[in-house]
Amino acid sequence: MENFDITLLQNIAYIFAAILFITGIKMLGKEATAQKGNIISAVGMFIAIIVTAINIVNPLVVLGGILLGAFIGSIIAIKVKMTSIPEMVALFNGFGGLATFFIAWSEMGSANNNLFQYLLVILTIYIGGVTFSGSLIAFGKLSERLKIGKGHLVTNVFISFFYISLISILAMLVLPMIGSLPLNFETIFYIYLVLVMLGGIGFVLPIGGGDMPVVISLLNSLSGIAAAFAGLILVNNVLIVAGSLVGASGLILTIIMAKAMNRTIGNILFVGYAASGTSSSSEQGEVKPINAEDAFLILENASSVLIVPGYGMAVAQAQHVVRELGELLEENGTDVKYGIHPVAGRMPGHMNVLLAEANVSYDLLAEPDDVNPMMDTVDVAIVIGANDVVNPSATEEPGSPIYGMPILEVANARTVFVLKRSMSSGFAGVQNPLFFKENTRMLFGDAKESISGLVSEFKD
Amino acid sequence: MEIYILLGFVLILSIYLGLELISKVPSTLHTPLMSGANAISGIALVGALTLTQDTFLQTVIAFLAITFASINVFGGYLVTNRMLSMFKKK
Repeated sequence: MENFDITLLQNIAYIFAAILFITGIKMLGKEATAQKGNIISAVGMFIAIIVTAINIVNPLVVLGGILLGAFIGSIIAIKVKMTSIPEMVALFNGFGGLATFFIAWSEMGSANNNLFQYLLVILTIYIGGVTFSGSLIAFGKLSERLKIGKGHLVTNVFISFFYISLISILAMLVLPMIGSLPLNFETIFYIYLVLVMLGGIGFVLPIGGGDMPVVISLLNSLSGIAAAFAGLILVNNVLIVAGSLVGASGLILTIIMAKAMNRTIGNILFVGYAASGTSSSSEQGEVKPINAEDAFLILENASSVLIVPGYGMAVAQAQHVVRELGELLEENGTDVKYGIHPVAGRMPGHMNVLLAEANVSYDLLAEPDDVNPMMDTVDVAIVIGANDVVNPSATEEPGSPIYGMPILEVANARTVFVLKRSMSSGFAGVQNPLFFKENTRMLFGDAKESISGLVSEFKD
Repeated sequence: MEIYILLGFVLILSIYLGLELISKVPSTLHTPLMSGANAISGIALVGALTLTQDTFLQTVIAFLAITFASINVFGGYLVTNRMLSMFKKK
């Protein structure tokens, strides 16, 4: 009877926790309430953990694990630079996946004589494991530690592991029905665990940096689905509810990102950009460089300026000088807006986070649909380390690999400044005709130095 | 088997609820939403706490599951909060 009471208390508390998660995630979707929403969801988590910890098996192991994890997690969260947020989210995400992988592994014993439970365990191991090893690869790519990509021999080897791992799910479902196996089942199970991990590597390794916003959203979704599946295995409603919410939100972000690239999720994951360079190389022409002094003279007389940041701004850590330039322009009487493309950078909303860190008010940030209709009233569009998201081929060249992708149509502004290190093409490997347009001026060099140059011109 | 039907019911409703709740999020909040959702997926910690620890292997697995889920939970909520405190309208 006493045991029953604890379970009842836990289940009631789980209902409250679920309500807090739902409320929290809803509030996370609006600027004014987002921070409160996060705290509410944290309270839900706290309640769920506390009531579960009431009848724990081994306090030493449990408290040790929680304290260690809390310590490591807090250190990372407090120390991480805002420019490194994408890889850090990938890492945390992977750890969540790894936890569900372990849960399913541990519950393997409970699956005896219960085919459905066995199926759930095998699937949860797969989703959790792929989330973990895939997230680690995403972490490596985002932090630029890992430079192996599509076409590399190593990548091809791991891609085959990905397909083998998919087949191995089927094998795991069929094998137990066969009477005499060449290996004992435990060995087979361990081989499966290894294949799952290798498969996750093969899943993410071929995907390029520019497609990372999609991958990271998808992995986010998978970690939620894995948690929900773990809830099915453990017959625990709060895991199912919370996991499903995460799975759904990740799925929505994945779809938004894929739409912003005008590609299907399957195309991003399994095809990548087609080899290009066939269409546009003929009609390029001259680029027109400009120096900071002349750029300043044009900016000084501009009445409206649109700043379009891309991954280059993140790499150069230029967000603070960009904000400074924006403020100087405003003091000069110029109307300043920031045009943010949904897939600019390496994760959904990457540019928004950087500009928020630099203290740019979020009502100055505009999406392509808002700025494109009035692009012809913009005197100067300043493109900072963005390439594919401003490439006019997307609207003008039906043969281009990025044709149809919604872009920021900066080419329609009166003047365009493109801040760029060199003339290399963007991630998609597509030549950008914007650089050769009549109204485009190239400001070569490191984004941060170029902007600082403009800022000091303003101050003189 | 009946229990799985019930749980499946909860699963489907929750996914549907999630899709409805988050379908219109402004792009400014994409990163915090992802990071905040990520912290919620650390709910695996609750599952990890209930694992049996009869053998040495089970104890090690439970310990690892608890540790990694805790990193996810604590790190996720903290960094989301840090990020959101920077989002301001002037």
